Amino acid sequence: MNEAIGIRDVSKVFGQGDTTFTAVARVNISIRENEFFTLLGPSGCGKTTLLRMIAGFEFPTDGEILLHGENIADMPPFRRPINTVFQNYALFPHMTVADNIGFGLRMLGKSKAEVSERVIEMLRLVKMEPMAGRRTSEISGGQQQRVALARALAPQPKVLLLDEPLSALDYKLRKEMQLELKRMQHETGITFIFVTHDQEEALTMSDRIAVMSKGQVLQVGSPRDIYDAPADRFVAEFIGETNFLTGRVRKIAEETAEVMLEGGAAISATAAGVGVGDDVTIVVRPEHAEVVAVPATGSAVTKGTLENVVYFGTDTHFHVRLPDGSVFVTRQQNRPRLSSEFAVGSEVSIAVAADAARILRAGA
Amino acid sequence: MAKPFSVKRQRGFTAMAIACFAALYLPIFVLVIFAFNSASSLSHFEGVSLRWFHEAAQNKQVVDATLRSFHVASVAAVIATLVATMAALATTRTRPYPGLTFKYALLNAPLMIPEIVTAVALLIVFSQVKGWIGYTGIGYLIAAHTAFCVPFAYLPIRARLENMDLTLETAAADLYATRWNTFRYVTLPLLWPGILAGLMLSFVISLDDVVITEFVKSAGQDTLPTYMLGQLRRSITPEVNAISVVLLLFSVLVVTLFFFASKRRN
Repeated sequence: MNEAIGIRDVSKVFGQGDTTFTAVARVNISIRENEFFTLLGPSGCGKTTLLRMIAGFEFPTDGEILLHGENIADMPPFRRPINTVFQNYALFPHMTVADNIGFGLRMLGKSKAEVSERVIEMLRLVKMEPMAGRRTSEISGGQQQRVALARALAPQPKVLLLDEPLSALDYKLRKEMQLELKRMQHETGITFIFVTHDQEEALTMSDRIAVMSKGQVLQVGSPRDIYDAPADRFVAEFIGETNFLTGRVRKIAEETAEVMLEGGAAISATAAGVGVGDDVTIVVRPEHAEVVAVPATGSAVTKGTLENVVYFGTDTHFHVRLPDGSVFVTRQQNRPRLSSEFAVGSEVSIAVAADAARILRAGA
Repeated sequence: MAKPFSVKRQRGFTAMAIACFAALYLPIFVLVIFAFNSASSLSHFEGVSLRWFHEAAQNKQVVDATLRSFHVASVAAVIATLVATMAALATTRTRPYPGLTFKYALLNAPLMIPEIVTAVALLIVFSQVKGWIGYTGIGYLIAAHTAFCVPFAYLPIRARLENMDLTLETAAADLYATRWNTFRYVTLPLLWPGILAGLMLSFVISLDDVVITEFVKSAGQDTLPTYMLGQLRRSITPEVNAISVVLLLFSVLVVTLFFFASKRRN
């Protein structure tokens, strides 16, 4: 796979003298051609700054940004074959929908015929043909979103940047646009770099995700990699719900370690890079654990008091208070007879599915 | 239940409102009425006629002063707006730096300096310059008007620029627009209402000016306001009213046109 965008040791420091702020700290990422790549992280993690540096709206304090091998770190935005879909869309209010879409091509000096042909093509792609002559203030938020997308795609950029473009849409429209974006990425074959703080959005849309925090990249991988094998506690907590258990490694056999939990129970967990006697943190996803009756049989690992049962329609969340005071959450799919089985306040055991417990990298 | 406070329900609100409007508009109303007086009295109305409008239009001095006023006002307004636009761009399209606030103050100070002070200062400077270069034409008046019009033009333009979404310019740059093209195709079209407002405001301010004009003008360079002032010192006739009515109509027309022009744009 060829690299579309290479981020090499890129840093961005704002301010001068005593009041500096490092927004991006020595980040390295390689984004492949034709990839749907997501920068995920909480607000202030540096993801938008990184995106703005790729677009050319900010310039790195240090490092290189490569576009197909060429360093573009100091190139002004209007020379980069990279276009952006802005969070607030930034449609030109004094132009029609069609003129907005054709803007980039006109600035590139394309002929009138070529511009109008491409505008029609784009209007079709985003299903906005009847709105071509409208003012941007006369169309809905979802439609503005489509126009912003069409405008950014019209000049056929090598890379498309999307800065939280779905955050202003309501839930249903957002779901729809997620699929739509995925479809367009597939149809156009353009590399998409998507910025979001919404982990669910990242998981459903991306080929690969980079999780960022405090200006650094913590993990890069496929949604499955990141969800199943989080690199550290932050990633595990940020992506989906997670239970943390602490204990000491007692025995190691091949890829599996047997860990004595603080409560006294033992659990086997997949491990890499730990040794016998290490204190470790184990992550268990709520859907990989189950509340079972006491006395437990088989795979039950720990006991606790059922504190809360929350019904979610498709599934039910059980909150169990463990002896060490922490709360363990399990998520179980609803079956007709499950709901009334356990009473709040009763003693229950927690069973963890085989291979579902995972030891975090030592020190993480 | 106590009703929320409303100034409209305070005792005497209506009476006070009427008094205020009367103080503002009654004199103008009287002025307009007497412009149509057939006699030459300003206190005794004898009959409706357009006599004074006709006389004003026949009066070569009035015609000259009017043309001079429009000449000075239009040239001064255009130059002032141009300068103000550049100043507004320079002071808003930049990261804040030490001294920026001082520049704002410098640009707006003429609004606070007593006009008479500016007038005397210009009189002294221009008399020196006249001595050096020998030129005594209308240029001095235009230069003076341009100077005091700049802050008036600057205010609406800067306001418009500050309210403009900066991502629009970023988006233009992202879509291959060079700095000039960004200005030409995005900033300028969005700035037009502000520029028009600045142009109009400075035009009206220039048209209206008495103090600075009175000091700066050479012999035979009366503008309409200074001519009217001169007339008042002699025998006062409804001719002055007629001229005022025309000026009033003109400014109402300009403001209305501007209102509809900016409404259509948004």
